[in-house]
Amino acid sequence: MITIKDVEHIGWLASIEIAEEEREEFVAQFNSVLDWFHQLDEVDADDVSPTYRVLDLVNVFREDRVSPSLAQEESLKNAPKVEAGYFKSPRIV
Amino acid sequence: MAADNDVIVGLEVHVQLNRLKSKMFCGCSTAYHDSPPNSHTCPVCLGLPGSLPVLNRRAVESGIKVGLALNCRIEENTLFYRKNYYYPDLPKGFQISQYDFPLATKGQVLIKGEDGERKIRITRAHLEEDPGRLVHAGTIDKAKYTMVDYNRCGMPLLEVVTEPDMRSPKEARIFLDKLKSILDYLDVFDGALEGAMRVDANISLKGGDRAEVKNISSFKGVEKALSYEITRQRNMRRRGMGVIQETRHYDELRGITVSIRSKEQAHDYRYFPEPDLVPLRVADLVPAIRASLPELPDARRDRFREEYGVADDHAKSLTSEIKVADFFESVASRAPPKLAAAWIADVLKGELNYRDAGIDRFSPDDMVEILRLLSEGRISDAAAVSVIREILDHGGSPAQVVEALGLAKAGDDVVLQAVRFAVSDCVEAVSDYRKGNERALNFIVGQVMKRTKGRADPGEAHRLVVEEIERSQG
Repeated sequence: MITIKDVEHIGWLASIEIAEEEREEFVAQFNSVLDWFHQLDEVDADDVSPTYRVLDLVNVFREDRVSPSLAQEESLKNAPKVEAGYFKSPRIV
Repeated sequence: MAADNDVIVGLEVHVQLNRLKSKMFCGCSTAYHDSPPNSHTCPVCLGLPGSLPVLNRRAVESGIKVGLALNCRIEENTLFYRKNYYYPDLPKGFQISQYDFPLATKGQVLIKGEDGERKIRITRAHLEEDPGRLVHAGTIDKAKYTMVDYNRCGMPLLEVVTEPDMRSPKEARIFLDKLKSILDYLDVFDGALEGAMRVDANISLKGGDRAEVKNISSFKGVEKALSYEITRQRNMRRRGMGVIQETRHYDELRGITVSIRSKEQAHDYRYFPEPDLVPLRVADLVPAIRASLPELPDARRDRFREEYGVADDHAKSLTSEIKVADFFESVASRAPPKLAAAWIADVLKGELNYRDAGIDRFSPDDMVEILRLLSEGRISDAAAVSVIREILDHGGSPAQVVEALGLAKAGDDVVLQAVRFAVSDCVEAVSDYRKGNERALNFIVGQVMKRTKGRADPGEAHRLVVEEIERSQG
């Protein structure tokens, strides 16, 4: 069962602020999603090994070759704040 | 200092596979050092929407190479995961790394520990991408904002994790030197580049909780940070306070570790398999890579001892870097090997170190020539040192330098003349010596060397001076 504490924690991990009045709503939604997935528990899967991929592909490589990078101004084009060729972000402790 | 029995150290070493030409998952060049910020980036390493990573084949091959050299098992099934956390050094909000199913597991490295040979077990070695670099205007605690350079982002990294098998800061250092030497032989990494190898260390005292020290960027720093931690943890224990399990940041300038508690609860990375990359099945790649492994430092050291009769410490010193080992073998095939070993390990390496230069600054041919002049008695040991220095500082061939600086060994008569002059000139030193002060003799021999401009053999000069003093007494 998801609690208000879990919702706060998930919000913090995702760096998303969740307003006081939204929390109950998220608790309900998270729990209904989880319930939905719990239907899978009804299937007997003891002899089935976990599936990480549905594709059969393995070992997709590229060779170690250099291709052109973006120009600096191109790289920075979408950045809200820029200084001296750097992306500028709030100070991180 | 012998290893303390209650100190327990484990390491996580991040090795940049910087011999690769392109990044881990995109074609951006790895040669970003000395480049303007954000000039080696593309939609993939900037994490722009819609971009997809494609794995660099050589990164995997390099990882297998290192795994094999560390005596690891190369796993048949290998997966990449997303390690999720928000920090500006990761533009995607996650780092592509490995979690379950790493590339290599259960290896071991033997080191010469403080109480004899010690086995350091390797827990795992896995591939991941390097995050970007954060730059702060001023100091980190006073900066108002953070500036980010993504040139490093997506650099291929290999993380090597050890079991807590080291018993002192010194042993941690010895292990790192060994690891560096192996990586050098495998030609997967250039240790001279900034940030090529970064270390996190776990340290505890027996029975206590451990602290994880991050941000150690030099091997000397590892020893210092760990020594500081041991003292800190002992003091805590003495005061009856336990050590808190936490992450600490090494402050290189102040030589201390500081708690970074704010990040504590962030250890919730919610790993899940990276859906944009397919699994690896590397078994087929392994035999060819195993066959291509070079002779590694330990094996080469043993062979140098057996094949050339080189002393143990010389063999070790000559094999820690592959270029030096190759240099020695090139010289030893054309000169007396033991003489070559002593001159390269004891003299040449020291002179190169002093000048912050690598072995490629000196030619094996010149070394062979210098050893020939020495063996034939045409120059003294002191003159040979001068020749090496002169070539390093101003160039030229050994023959030219010997000629230009007048370093050819002085004839017997010249030396004898210098000895007679010195003995009759240094009245005070001679009388000191006669009173039993052996050290006075060094002064007189020094005068002989000075008069012959270092061209006399010091041992020979010493013998002649003693003879001369005894003769003049009688």
